[in-house]
Amino acid sequence: MTGTPIEAIVIGASAGAVQALSHLLPMLPADYALPVLVVVHVPADRTNALVPLFQAKSRLVVKEAEDKEPIQPGTVYFAPSDYHLLVEADRTVSLSSDLPVLHARPAIDVLFESAADAYGPALAGVVLTGANEDGAEGLRAIEAAGGLALVQAAAEAYAPAMPAAALARCVGARAMPLAAIGECLLKLGGRGTG
Amino acid sequence: MGSESTEDIEIQLLLEALYQRYHYDFRNYARASIKRRLKQARQQLGFRSFSALQDSLLHDADMLPRLLDYLTVQVSEMFRDPSYYRAIREKVAPILHTYPSLKVWIAGCSSGEELYSMVILFREEGLERRTLFYATDINPQALEAAASGVYALDRIKTFTENHQKSGGKSSLSDYYTAAYGRAVFDKSLRSRVVFSDHSLVTDSVFGEMQLISCRNVMIYFDKAIQDRAIGLFRDSLVRNGFLGLGSKESIRFSSEADSFTDFVREEKIYQRRGT
Repeated sequence: MTGTPIEAIVIGASAGAVQALSHLLPMLPADYALPVLVVVHVPADRTNALVPLFQAKSRLVVKEAEDKEPIQPGTVYFAPSDYHLLVEADRTVSLSSDLPVLHARPAIDVLFESAADAYGPALAGVVLTGANEDGAEGLRAIEAAGGLALVQAAAEAYAPAMPAAALARCVGARAMPLAAIGECLLKLGGRGTG
Repeated sequence: MGSESTEDIEIQLLLEALYQRYHYDFRNYARASIKRRLKQARQQLGFRSFSALQDSLLHDADMLPRLLDYLTVQVSEMFRDPSYYRAIREKVAPILHTYPSLKVWIAGCSSGEELYSMVILFREEGLERRTLFYATDINPQALEAAASGVYALDRIKTFTENHQKSGGKSSLSDYYTAAYGRAVFDKSLRSRVVFSDHSLVTDSVFGEMQLISCRNVMIYFDKAIQDRAIGLFRDSLVRNGFLGLGSKESIRFSSEADSFTDFVREEKIYQRRGT
């Protein structure tokens, strides 16, 4: 573990995201002490169906991130479809409709890089299953800022390309199965550590 | 922690230089996005640091338009969020029909996608001939692009699908000619449009509007200048005039929230209060 206590978790997932997050998010208890910000690649439709889905599955508050809202512990924020999700230095959320990055909007890199700026070493980033390379640069930024970099073990991932790309880009990233990632997140923000 | 990085200090100084030298004020834009855009500019313009970029900006006026292009880049689609345009068509247009003449302001029009969408919609709804459109932006190059109405042909498929979903009553192909990979929109669409340089951060009211559409512009502002812009919109609207924002923007948290009522809540279309 790093010396700095972790203050936020960022997660990126693409193909196979629902299944992976359905494993991961229900592991976190209702009194989880950290905020969790999530980018999933979804088509640019009007609504992000992940929010109601995970409201039903998770014990945390699950919501779509709103522009300018302060980031609260014990809350899972999903990026709205067709907008990038960013973290500001004052730990509020901001949205942008800047161009897609690696064809993705929301893009994992945009969330991870801005969060790495805002939280420095107090951030943990997780790259899950996906069939592209989004998240690799972002995870590298988290690692460079002294944060914790976790990657889903490629053997277990529905689509291994994204975790593999992240692992290739981040020398210090640790690859582990979802169950172990969940345990790790629990330790970082479990009861009494907040 | 708590102390700013060298890079953050450089960005602060660069934005200050841009304001003091050229009066473009990005100091109160949401910083995370600005930082991303500036990083891209620094890399692609070939500067080692933001300080080096600042030096060039201060001493070489040619650097200004190049930098502005990164800071204001905003590529939209025609009829982006078709349900927004459908609401304008079905709920707002019938009320606009009760006015003998109309002024419509597309604030932050960028390269014009939203403007052309609105003009085409107004033509389809029989409102165009009584309407004067104001299309404003802070970037002169974006205004030029908007005034030329030329878009890459490979974008037209999306534009056409969006237009149909918005309840379009004509075919989008009626409005452009395709040549050499480009779609050139008919100049008659611009016959009732005034293009103008205007900043929501530093400029003031210039007319009394029945409809203002400003989508995904204020999302880049911090709260203070968001409030300023919404106040500017309030003062620029007739009583019961309409304000349309981007789907993830809201006036809910603004100090001006009481000046408006929800008109089509889910499409972020507001109406200025009558009193």
